[in-house]
Amino acid sequence: MIQKLVISLKKQPIWLILLGMIVLSSVFIPGFLSFGNFSNVLVQSAVDGMLALGMTFLMINGYFDLSVGTVMGFTAALAIGLQPYGLFVAVVVALLAGAVIGAINGFFVAKAKINAFIVTLGSFIGVRGLIYIYTGEQALVGDIMEFGMFGASSFLGLPTLFVIMFVLMLIAEFVLRKTPHGRYTYSIGGNIEASENAGIPVDRTIWLNFIICGLTAAAGGVLLASRLNAATPTLGWPDKNLMTIAVVVLGGTSLAGGYGNITRTLGGLFTFGVLYNILNLLGVQSYYNTLITGIVLILVVYIDAHIRKNKVSIG
Amino acid sequence: MQQAELMANPAEQRTTLMRRIAKATEKHGLIVAFFIVVAFFSIASENFLSPKNVMLVLRQVSILGTIAIGMTIVITVGHFDLSVGSLTSLTAVVVISMHDIVGPVPAMLIAILVGLISGAFIGYLVGYLRLNSLIITLGMLVGLQAIVLIYTGGKYTRIVAPDETWFGFIGRGFLFGVPLPVIILGVLLLIFSVILLKTVFGRQVFSVGGNPTASKFSGISDRKIIFTAFVISGFLTAIAGIIMGSRLMAAQNYLGQGYEFEVIAGVILGGVSLSGGEGNIFKAFIGILIIGILKNGFLLLGFPYYFQWVAQWVIVVGVVWLDVATKRGKVLG
Repeated sequence: MIQKLVISLKKQPIWLILLGMIVLSSVFIPGFLSFGNFSNVLVQSAVDGMLALGMTFLMINGYFDLSVGTVMGFTAALAIGLQPYGLFVAVVVALLAGAVIGAINGFFVAKAKINAFIVTLGSFIGVRGLIYIYTGEQALVGDIMEFGMFGASSFLGLPTLFVIMFVLMLIAEFVLRKTPHGRYTYSIGGNIEASENAGIPVDRTIWLNFIICGLTAAAGGVLLASRLNAATPTLGWPDKNLMTIAVVVLGGTSLAGGYGNITRTLGGLFTFGVLYNILNLLGVQSYYNTLITGIVLILVVYIDAHIRKNKVSIG
Repeated sequence: MQQAELMANPAEQRTTLMRRIAKATEKHGLIVAFFIVVAFFSIASENFLSPKNVMLVLRQVSILGTIAIGMTIVITVGHFDLSVGSLTSLTAVVVISMHDIVGPVPAMLIAILVGLISGAFIGYLVGYLRLNSLIITLGMLVGLQAIVLIYTGGKYTRIVAPDETWFGFIGRGFLFGVPLPVIILGVLLLIFSVILLKTVFGRQVFSVGGNPTASKFSGISDRKIIFTAFVISGFLTAIAGIIMGSRLMAAQNYLGQGYEFEVIAGVILGGVSLSGGEGNIFKAFIGILIIGILKNGFLLLGFPYYFQWVAQWVIVVGVVWLDVATKRGKVLG
């Protein structure tokens, strides 16, 4: 059991880094080791986690989606703006919108065979236009109080938004590990031609993963809307998409595809969450926060490449 | 005899004609798209083709166009530079704040130095340490923006006495009736096309981007080429930042935010292949020009500015799809 744990920790060094950060901060930073603070971190990572979840599917598949940030902003606006038609309608339409944008992206990548970077860069910019057209450049405020209260509520002592994200992550990990769709995703990410030859429905799997990514981005938008009970046109602009990719990469899922899982993404998510929390508690000016994020990103890629090189030389 | 045969078979004639048209669109699809966009807006708005408006569009695209030259080279060697937006902000802020301390020329040199250092840093990490350029330049996007804010303290930077300096001439001046930024862009386009097409370095750029393994075996140092490409991108972005600063005689902290995406969208529209090895600076500029025309045209027609973003989505994906489809001869792959 312990041996198994050691092996999995060795495979996923992000959890060791996270553990080290938590231990050090608990000792040196007053106010870090408290229930209130932890639940704060969890609430803040719920939305990012939703986005990273879908992105993990796509990245294992060998692609990424630059549109998740603006899709999140668009669906948050829909979830707030459509409340006059009832909360159910608002949430369903928001989720559907995300799935449709994901399906459009997926169609162009899987069927028309256009580079995913181009396709999702296009929808990233285009959906930003949709946000502004829909909101008319205005901030929207929700009038259903229960929606906002839901965003602030707790379930079994944990923030509800986090619980939702965590349950979805468990399901996602199950799908990746135990279902044909999950295995196809790994296989295509590893070697698309071999997968094609083996009779795996390549196009359908890629398409489905783009829809999953759009849907989870929409779910992130809905969660964000319920946390704020409001939406502004600039939500998710300009670099939410890239930061989501960064969370997944920090967790240790390869940008090249075929490798990674949701547990890693969760580790990357918590590490970023705890890092921001520490900087906040230390009263570091927000400008320096941003600088440190940049440095962390560069370091992560550096360490990642270093580890991979050593592995190769050991054999 | 031959003529008679041809005349006897009009169907065959038609297919050759179709094939010719298909071939022409494949080769000049971008130009066709450009003229369609221009024709559309000149019919829809009578002011569109007025000399004043044409100059306005050219001046507006000159900054993105300058950045796009560097981006084209970086993408041609097979990488991305997402840092250009933040670097534009940084160099603009540096040149404006330094102007009142050391004078215009040293301020410009310092801004260029900042661009070169940033480019060299990225070039070292990507070229020599072989790190993923997407994440590295994302780190630079975030990091440089933070440096801008730390440097200015979040304040608006401006030149105190804009009337007492010639610095504004770079961004606002005219030469023979043409805005100076457009002339600068024209000269840079020429210089870098010659570098890309006529020098050893240029050929190595295409070689490294097109087939890294083969170039390695033929003794090309891809590290050096990748490094140089990022340095060029940093240099040109600094020039863009200086022009921007000079035009506004002031700099806001988030000046260049989102430029990276606009430039990449334009460059892709210009047919620069994201898999590397294929790129043409002039075509990339036409791509940027189409993006600029969309921006200008929708405003002229009285649409809110954000309609251009949806149009960009449709046009970028549409043009690339057309390109991919004509190349393989099938709509879907």
